[in-house]
Parts: sequence; structure tokens; C-alpha cells
Amino acid sequence: MTTVSMTVNGKPVSAEAEGRTLLVEFLRDGLHLTGTHVGCDTSQCGACVVHVNGEAVKACTMFAQEAEGAEVTTIEGMANADGSLNVIQQAFQDHHGLQCGFCTPGMVMSAAALLKENPKPSEAEIRDYLEGNICRCTGYHNIVKAILAASGQDVGAIAAE
Amino acid sequence: MPKDHGIGASSKRREDVRFLTGAGQYTDDINVQGQTYVHFIRSDVAHGRINGINTSAAEAMPGVIRIFTGADFEGIGGLPCGWQVTDRHGEPMKEPAHPVLAQGKVRHVGDPIAAVVAESYAKARDAAEAVEVDIEELPAAIDMKAALEGNAPKVHDDLADNLCYDWAFGSDAAEVDAAFSNAAHVTTLELVNQRLVANPMEPRVAVGDFSRATDESTLYTTSQNPHVIRLLMGAFVLGIPEHKLRVVAPDVGGGFGSKIFHYAEEAFCTFAARQINRPVKWTASRSEAFLSDAQGRDHVTKIELALDADNNFTALRTETYANMGAYLSTFAPSVPTWLHGTLMAGNYKTPLIHVNVKAVFTNTVPVDAYRGAGRPEATYQLERVIDKAARERGVDPIALRRQNFVTEFPYATPVAVEYDTGDYVATMDKLEEIADIAGFEARRKESEARGKLRGLGVNCYIEACGIAPSNLVGQLGARAGLYDAATVRVNATGTISVMVGAHSHGQGHETAFPQVVAEMLGIDESMIDIVHGDSSKIPFGMGTYGSRSIAVCGSAMVRATEKIIAKAKKIAAHLMEASEADIGIKDGQFTVAGTDKSVAWGDVTLAAYVPHNYPLEEIEPGLEETAFYDPSNFTYPAGAYACEVEVDPDTGKVTVERFAAADDFGNIINPMIVDGQVHGGIGQGIGQALMENCAYDENGQLISASYMDYAMPRADDVPFYTVDHSCQTPCTHNPLGVKGCGEAGAIGSPPAVINAVVDALQSAGHNVTHIDMPASPQRVWAAMQG
Repeated sequence: MTTVSMTVNGKPVSAEAEGRTLLVEFLRDGLHLTGTHVGCDTSQCGACVVHVNGEAVKACTMFAQEAEGAEVTTIEGMANADGSLNVIQQAFQDHHGLQCGFCTPGMVMSAAALLKENPKPSEAEIRDYLEGNICRCTGYHNIVKAILAASGQDVGAIAAE
Repeated sequence: MPKDHGIGASSKRREDVRFLTGAGQYTDDINVQGQTYVHFIRSDVAHGRINGINTSAAEAMPGVIRIFTGADFEGIGGLPCGWQVTDRHGEPMKEPAHPVLAQGKVRHVGDPIAAVVAESYAKARDAAEAVEVDIEELPAAIDMKAALEGNAPKVHDDLADNLCYDWAFGSDAAEVDAAFSNAAHVTTLELVNQRLVANPMEPRVAVGDFSRATDESTLYTTSQNPHVIRLLMGAFVLGIPEHKLRVVAPDVGGGFGSKIFHYAEEAFCTFAARQINRPVKWTASRSEAFLSDAQGRDHVTKIELALDADNNFTALRTETYANMGAYLSTFAPSVPTWLHGTLMAGNYKTPLIHVNVKAVFTNTVPVDAYRGAGRPEATYQLERVIDKAARERGVDPIALRRQNFVTEFPYATPVAVEYDTGDYVATMDKLEEIADIAGFEARRKESEARGKLRGLGVNCYIEACGIAPSNLVGQLGARAGLYDAATVRVNATGTISVMVGAHSHGQGHETAFPQVVAEMLGIDESMIDIVHGDSSKIPFGMGTYGSRSIAVCGSAMVRATEKIIAKAKKIAAHLMEASEADIGIKDGQFTVAGTDKSVAWGDVTLAAYVPHNYPLEEIEPGLEETAFYDPSNFTYPAGAYACEVEVDPDTGKVTVERFAAADDFGNIINPMIVDGQVHGGIGQGIGQALMENCAYDENGQLISASYMDYAMPRADDVPFYTVDHSCQTPCTHNPLGVKGCGEAGAIGSPPAVINAVVDALQSAGHNVTHIDMPASPQRVWAAMQG
């Protein structure tokens, strides 16, 4: 066991971790931040996406010790300072971009990373970027629509129902 | 102007806030003080004899608490099957034992052999490495038809062979054969509806807890129906009285059928917690889910359609082999029979239909209901054979369908069900409009100019859902009632908790159900909360599957709310010194007809709990009512779907360019949620049609056991969908006139995709009449090579 320290959602934290402890286990079991989910064991599904030093990372693919000293943001750190939903979260609610909610934290984290590097992505760019996030409920329709809306684009014309 | 509240409003989902902020409480987020962790040792061969299990070295490893094997479960019930099918000779199906942990033999890769309980998952896994299991591998029965041959290895030694049942259903076989003899044309198609894995994004989890103080067990589990699990596990497996057993299914991350069933891991965690007097937790890895979640579909079918000289359908005959896997999962026998054979009429007035299904045991993971469950299999074969018939007869596939539509309702099919309402012409008209069928040829030319082949596929579907009338399913072999229940608890201040037997794992019940009660009472939706998923809080309901929640449980909620209104009117009449018959309720106010008197909802509810001025001699205080609702028929949603694909002639790669769905779900509570349900179903249907395949090799090794190998649809595999549910023929036999929408997309979409692929290949002169799912680039390219 080693003590691992990092900053998570703006707060400095320390907890014990084995060498084999994954970042996602450290967050869920060590820090009780259970919003980050585990949906597979092959780094395919993206339910565990968090931001490490501003980059989207699958937290099942990184050891906790590798995040020593890092700035980590999880879904629990995404809302506005007053607790209201941020623009991406709000767009997911407005456009019914989630159903069971299990993939949702990873989707929101990936969407935030996408919009940071590409503030006005096309539909094709969004679909391509989400290659590493699997959703089984929505058929992706309303997820793509929500991300388009979050980027300020008119979704009425793009995603007619 | 769309409504902004109540029935018909696209109210935003209240549950979203917790899911979007990481505050959802899924089963794996639940940790009980003092909990231990279990790792299951699973068979790595498809069939084998267990000659010995040596746990002594593992038991000495750090953190190990106890190691269980099949011997610990001797004398304890196995996992029960909830549906008994009677075969064509009147004999009950074969029903082999299904032990919690393997006893004597293993029968599929993933069959649990032993369970290591330790202080952490890591310690349990480490110790599992030290358990020595001596298994003598035996020849395995994998292919269904081969498994029925005389020399096939037997999955269960105590059965005569691998046939679970041979079931026949529908019209008299001789009459059907005669119609085929007299037919002007017969179209025949042999096809495979491949095995799939439901793959909800949340893997299964179980946490068993036990209180010595109260002799009470609690199971937290990823279930679509906690009361069903309580009944099956308590009464049939572990012998725990129901009043000493609580089953909680909190936020559940999708189910699609795979979380209906009672699984060995649930029984194990509940049992082991009592044995070691500590909570026991199990969290499936995705790899484990592939080896232990009940899988879906896996039918091989020959279907024949007889037509007269004018292209009227005169008879239909099918022969299907249905894979049960190694054991009977909870509702497995019902899927290829009553959920499949009864749907073979589809939207058409075919007068004679005969269905034969042979269910087969193989050394593979058990198969059970997956979204649609039997109805996608029926729809796929019927809509594929009709498309093939249209091509053989040189007629337009839409026109051929229209010509044979059922147009008068109610309509009794030759396969035992009676459609109450529908308008298949209207949904087809709507589909032609929203899919812009008229514009297809221009789009095809544009594709061809880019060197691509373009195809259009259209099909209809009908489903029987809102499952189901208990007396009917009882006659058909169900060992459960299929009613549902709701308790409406009005609080003193007028807020309401509605405890429902349905379970929400993505369907948005917490939003949609209050819309109904709010509409009935004329109060704000925010005053109403839904409570679900905890057997200690809710009435005995049967859970969520078969697109039943709003049709069955919603109806129970309406009945309970009607009782509330009736009692509240008595109280209001007393408060206003009026006759009960004159009391009305509107916008949260009770009024007296012909006067300007009124009393607010909250004043009436307060009077019920502070009954100072109250008709105590006539009615009890309090305002809480329960209703159990048992439907009198299934509901019959129906629709028409269209898919346009492009095929790359160089690679065989198929892309879905357009997809349109025109559905008739009867009345709609929340259009936004309904749209989302259809989108998701279409996504899964496209996945089945083009990508997904649960594949075993000849030895029974699952070779698609992770997301590296099992092709889940991603965002860039699907287009935006055009969906419409403006065609509404309300259900005639439930109080809301609703039909259910959860499975339609998955039922209606696979044939549209395959019809489109065949159309695209035909457009380039390839004589391809069928291509099995998934229509992968390899398969499509091979088909084009002739």
C-alpha cells in the first residue's frame, strides 16, 4: 500500500492504494465518488471517463498511482458552482440524452472534452468522437442532439423527430 | 399547442438530475458495513465432469473467509423455471435441475463451480487462482440440429435426449398443408435469428445481507422485478419466508430483459450471507456478464408463405429450432412459444397458420427474453418472407403488404390472439410520408453516382405486450400472475407517494407516472413522487418487461387514484355540506355543481389526517388506496418501418443512411420519453441486423466474450432516426388507452435493414434473395461474389 495524493474536483485528497489499484477503483472505493461507473473490462465502454489534467481519460485504464499529483475532475465536479446543471448536463436533460443513466457520466465527460477542443462540432465529428462511449438505451440520437445543442447549434433543423 | 403538463406533455425527466451529477444509486454503489466479496470460479469448458475440487491451499490464503462449492447446496432448491410449456403430445417440457453451483457436471462455459468469499475482490481473485478444479472435459452439444441427432452428447444425463419440447400451434396442420397444395405460389425462406447478448451498460451486481436480530435477509440486486426475485428465491431456492426476505432493486442501469430472471449469483449472495453472518457482494465484470447473463434470440427457422393467384396470403407454415442453452432460465420456454407463435399473423389476414417449435438444450449459456422476446423473431421471419414473395411475384412490397392488411377490428387471428384496435393503413401512409418513399429513386441515383448501391427496406410489425392477463397465461403454463399493483399514499399536506410494482431502469417512470396522477387530480406533477424497486415499500407487483409498465401498472395506478378521488369527494362533500353526487374535481379544487363553493385539494387531504370536522361515522380517516390491475387482453402496438442503406460494392460495408418509424402506441403519456424508447430500440435492431453476434466455436467456447469481439453499435454506426406516433388507435381495454412502446423499435427494425440490404444488392444485379444477420461486410461482400 502506498498513499496516493491528488486533487479531485478541486479538493486535495489522499488515500491508500495498492500498485494494482485502478484510478476508477480509487475514486469509487477510496473516495466514494460513485458517479464514475465501470461498464466493461476492456476499456471499450467509456462509462468511467474522467478528466486528468484536463484530458479525457478512461479511469479503468490508469493506475491510481499514475495520477499522483494530478488534477482530476469527475462527474461530481461538473455542475455549476451553485449546484445547477452545467450547459452540457442541461442539454442532456432538455433533449432526453439519457435513459438508464449508467453511461451518462462518461458521455458528459467525453462531451465536455470534445467541446473544449472543438466548440462547434458537426454531427459526424460528434459521432466519431463518441467512438469510445457505448450507450445501449438511446440509440445515440438524443445524445448527439444534446451535444449539438450544448455547443449552441440549432438542433430543430438537424434532428427532426 | 403541445401540453406542458399532465398526460401528453413532454415533461423533462426528474431522474436525470441525479444521473447527470453522479448521484444515482446503482447496486454497485451500495456498500454494507462489514461486507465481504465473492469471486465465482467458472467452468472454462462447455461440458465436463467434476472429478474433484481442492480448496485447501486457497482457504489458507490471506483474507479468505470461506469457499463454497456445489456440495454446500445439496438439498437446497435449484433455480426454478417460471413457465411450463406443454408439447404437441400433451406432455410437459423437460425441466432439468439448475443448481446454484455446479453439482457433478458443468454444462456451459461460465457455469459457476465454486465461490471464494474474501475480505476484498483482489483477495478473492488471488485465492481463486489457488483452487484446484479437476474437470474431465466431455464432448459438447453446441449446434442445435446436431444436438437432436441420436449420437449427440447429452447435456443432461437424466434426460432421454436434448429436446426440451416439440410444440405445435395454430390452425389444423392438415388444413394448412392443403392450402399449400392449392397455392398459386409458395415462397420459402430459411433463416437464422442469431444469438445476441442484451448488454445493459450496468453489469449485474448482488449484495446479500442478513440480520441475526430479525432473522431477515436483504438482497440488493440489479433486477427489473424485485418481487419476482423475492418469490422465486424465497419460495423455491432458499426456503426463506417472504416476510423475512427483502429484495431491493435501486437505480438499475438498463435491463432489456436480461435482468428479469433469477440468477444463481443472487441466491448465492443471499445464502452465503446467512452462512457467514456477514454481507456478501458480487459485481460482475463485463467478461463475466457475457458468460452468465441469459442471452437472447438464437432461432433457426424455415418459413413458407402460400399465396393465391391474386397475391392474397392463404397460409403460413413455420418450423423453428430454438436454443434454450444448458438450463432453463426463468421465462425461457415461453419465448419461442407463446411470445412468438401468437405473433405469426403479423398485420395480415392470413387465414391459416401453423407453427412448430423445437426447443433444444445445448452446452451454451442459457437463453431467455431479450427486448421483444419472441416477437422480433416472429416479425423478422414474416417480414422477410413477404419481401421475398413480393420479389418473386414482381409486385411492390408495400402494395403486397397493404393488400393483405387486417382492416377490421377486433380481429381474431388463427394464432389465438384478438387484436382490439389498429389502423395499419394509417401507419403505412404515415411511414411513406415521413420516410419520403417517393424520393427514394432520386436518392438511389445520387448514391450510384458516388459508386454506392442503395437499397430501401420496408416492413410492418405488431406486438402483443402489456403482458398479460393472468388467467390466460396461467392456462398457457405461466407459474406467475401478471397483474400489477400500485398504492397511492396521499399525505396530510396533499403531496403524494405512489408505490408501484413496475420498475424503472431507463424508462422514466418517475416522470411519466406522476403525469397521469397529476392529470387526474389537477395538481402539479412536482407534488407526486414514485416509489419503486423495494419489496418492503411497494405492493406486490410483477415488475417491468414486455412493454407492460404503463399499460398494466399504470392502470393499477389509475384505479387506485380513482379510489382516492371517490373518498376525497366524500370528505369534500362533508366539508362543503353538499351532496357527494354534486362534487366535481378540477385544477386541484373540489367544487359543488351549480354553486360557487369550492374546497382545495390540500384542505381535503388535511381533513383526512386531522379529522376534526370529518364524517367518521361513514368513512375512515386517512387517504391511501391500493389497486391490483389484471388486464383482460394483451395490447397490440403496431407500425411500419423504413430503412435506407448504402452498400460499398468494394468492401460490402453497409451504412444506414435513413431510418423512419411510424408507430401506433395508442394514447401517449410523455411523447419525449416515447421517442427515446423507439430510438433505443431501433439502435439495438440495427445492431442485430448489421453488427452483433454471440458466437460459440465448435467446442462451446464463447468467442465473442468482450466488447473487443462483440460488436456493440457505436454513435457512428447509426443515423438520426425519424419517428412518429401520431397514428393513435387507443387500446380499448385499459383505462388509459395505452399500448406500450418499449420493445417496438427492436422488433420492427431488423427486417427493414435486411430488406434494404437485399434491395441494394438486387439493384446492382446480384441475385441475392437473403442474407443472414449480422450483415457484416464479409457476409455482404461474399454474397456479391455469388
